[in-house]
Amino acid sequence: MKKIFILLLIITLSSYVFSQKKANHLPSVDIKTIDGKTVNPNTFSNDGKPVIISFCATWCHPCIKELNAIAEVYDDWQEETGVKLIAVFIDDIRNSAKIGPYVNGKAWDYDIYLDANNDFKRAMNVGLIPHVFLLNDKMEVIWQHNSYSEGDEIELYKLVKKISEGKNINDNTDLNKNE
Amino acid sequence: MNNILKYRNYIKLYIALFLLLSPLSPFIITKIYTQNIDKGEVHGNFQTDCQYYEPDSMIGAPDVPEKFLMNGFANINYTNGKFSAGIRYESYLNALQGFDPRYKGTGIPYRYVSFTGDEIEITAGNFYEQFGNGLLFRSYEQRNLGYDNAIDGFRIKLKPYKGITLKALVGKQRFFFDKGPGIIRGADGEFYLNDIFKKLSDKKTQIILGASAVSKFQEDIDPIYILPENVAAFATRINIINGKINFMTEYAYKINDPSSVNKFIYKPGQALLVNTSYSKKGLGISLGAKYVDNMDFRSDRTATGNTLNINFIPPLNKQHSYALAAMYPYAVQPNGEAGFQGEIVYNIKKKSKIGGKYGTNIIINYSIANNIDKTKLPDSTYMGYESNFLCIGNEKYFQDVNIEINKKINKKFKLILSYLNMIYNKNIIQGLAGYRTIYANVGILDLTYKIKPMHALQFELQHLSTKQDYGDWAMGMIQYTMAPHWFFSILDQYNYGNPDTKKQIHYYNVSCGYIKKTTRIALGYGKQRKGIICVGGVCRNVPASNGITLSISSSF
Repeated sequence: MKKIFILLLIITLSSYVFSQKKANHLPSVDIKTIDGKTVNPNTFSNDGKPVIISFCATWCHPCIKELNAIAEVYDDWQEETGVKLIAVFIDDIRNSAKIGPYVNGKAWDYDIYLDANNDFKRAMNVGLIPHVFLLNDKMEVIWQHNSYSEGDEIELYKLVKKISEGKNINDNTDLNKNE
Repeated sequence: MNNILKYRNYIKLYIALFLLLSPLSPFIITKIYTQNIDKGEVHGNFQTDCQYYEPDSMIGAPDVPEKFLMNGFANINYTNGKFSAGIRYESYLNALQGFDPRYKGTGIPYRYVSFTGDEIEITAGNFYEQFGNGLLFRSYEQRNLGYDNAIDGFRIKLKPYKGITLKALVGKQRFFFDKGPGIIRGADGEFYLNDIFKKLSDKKTQIILGASAVSKFQEDIDPIYILPENVAAFATRINIINGKINFMTEYAYKINDPSSVNKFIYKPGQALLVNTSYSKKGLGISLGAKYVDNMDFRSDRTATGNTLNINFIPPLNKQHSYALAAMYPYAVQPNGEAGFQGEIVYNIKKKSKIGGKYGTNIIINYSIANNIDKTKLPDSTYMGYESNFLCIGNEKYFQDVNIEINKKINKKFKLILSYLNMIYNKNIIQGLAGYRTIYANVGILDLTYKIKPMHALQFELQHLSTKQDYGDWAMGMIQYTMAPHWFFSILDQYNYGNPDTKKQIHYYNVSCGYIKKTTRIALGYGKQRKGIICVGGVCRNVPASNGITLSISSSF
């Protein structure tokens, strides 16, 4: 009986572990490059530097505004932190063929992927867009944000900097004071 | 019995521990299990939209006996290594106006378990899938429009060799809280030749081939007609990429499939889609064309509307999202249409004469959809009509010429200017009779003024002019955003050109919202004009309404 009791205790405890565990790895689904090649997001990497994943669509004005705003400062961001932005377009097949030329025409330097049937979106539990994920060097999601207002990119970059400096993103102490 | 008594203390202790642990569990877990033990992840998201309806006969808002309506859903997904499982709970108490009232009550219409290995993936339960461009098969969801044709059944995905993906599935389609009567069987193969053949691996030209087959079974219980119980359809596709050039085409063919939508004719269907593009940094050009003849394909031959579609015929036109530009959205005519679209995106470099200090971006888009050339046959042939492949008719269904200029003026101001010229065949697109074709011009100005780095004012001015339908509209909007948490907006759509002077109404709306990380709460009050809302490929009609709306969404 003692054994049964211990077993029950282990089961109870481990069930808590299952339900409370907070790791955030990228799921295994199929998405496409603009050249039609199939890619699994769980192979994303950026040489130990942070990654931003932005779920967006060509018909979503706030999404395009956000990508435009980041594009202006993207060179600086990359230089300072090595961050990479991955834009995942959830447009359906009606726009799929237009996204490559669209992104090129916008002169953006992002990595672009197509999620035409929203498998990646669903696996990431994205509802409304734009939806931005921030990933650390281990490709774990450590922060996410929904919707875009002018200036949100400033907040995002503060967090990118913290990660690239190896700090906890919840550490609110002033960066300058720490240095 | 004695044994139980003997160990009663253990049982008590266990229960006590269980009760104690429940509220404390987060703390205990963070204390004991701070190391990353890969024991699975639970994620999910939810959204709920409520509206309180006020009667308003002026704008033609229908009376809502419940006064208050609510839509909601919650997704929960569990992943542990190669294993994953999930459910979606949905509730419609009752469904919001504009949603199909057959969404009624609550339930768990979506649940699945799945195993994903390196070479094999098996899903049992509900899933979404698309073969190629979807001309033959696409199951998908648009939660905010109430569209969902998820398959309930089995799917297997194989990657036996680098560059090869094979899929096979069997199942029934979701029909509100029920399932459609037909059974769908399908298979698809995609072959990335440069990965498969070593000789091609370092070639600049990349080729992807694909082929699919789908068949549906539905019993024939019709007392008069002999209806095909098995309907098969086939498609093949190719994608060739050479540096800046991308060419893609897919052809689909369906054997005779008499249905309510095609008025029970026995003619086979076919569709062709071609897309090609050229792009380099700063310039993108894309061209698309399609020909569709009798390609409505559903798992119930009597189904109509946005239900039980097996395939997806993509509309070839720009998806507008500014309110007045989205007034007349196109909807594909699967019984027969031919369409073309061209788009140029050009970036004028910064610090150039025309580009200005920050550069300027221009998008020009043109699209047209016509009928296909059909010759009617006597009813006795049951073929309905005759058509020659790629022969386009003279009746215009839709046309849209538009230009969008995107420019940052200085550190404080950003500007988007847009102009559209549209032709909209209301009878065909909305399936009505007796209406005139609408010719509309729309102008849009979207100006953002940055007050402080995180505070901005956005102004939108829009105007739509037409001599048909409800006449001219004007719209103004001011939005104040305080990143990263708050927004406030006020807008008015004024139908000042309505030929019926009593219906020259202001549709005003005020709203505010709070956002924190992935949680968004939005509260609004005002009038909603009658119209069509489109997201992705589907649209729904929304009746006029007046009232308070509350929307909450979050994910974790």
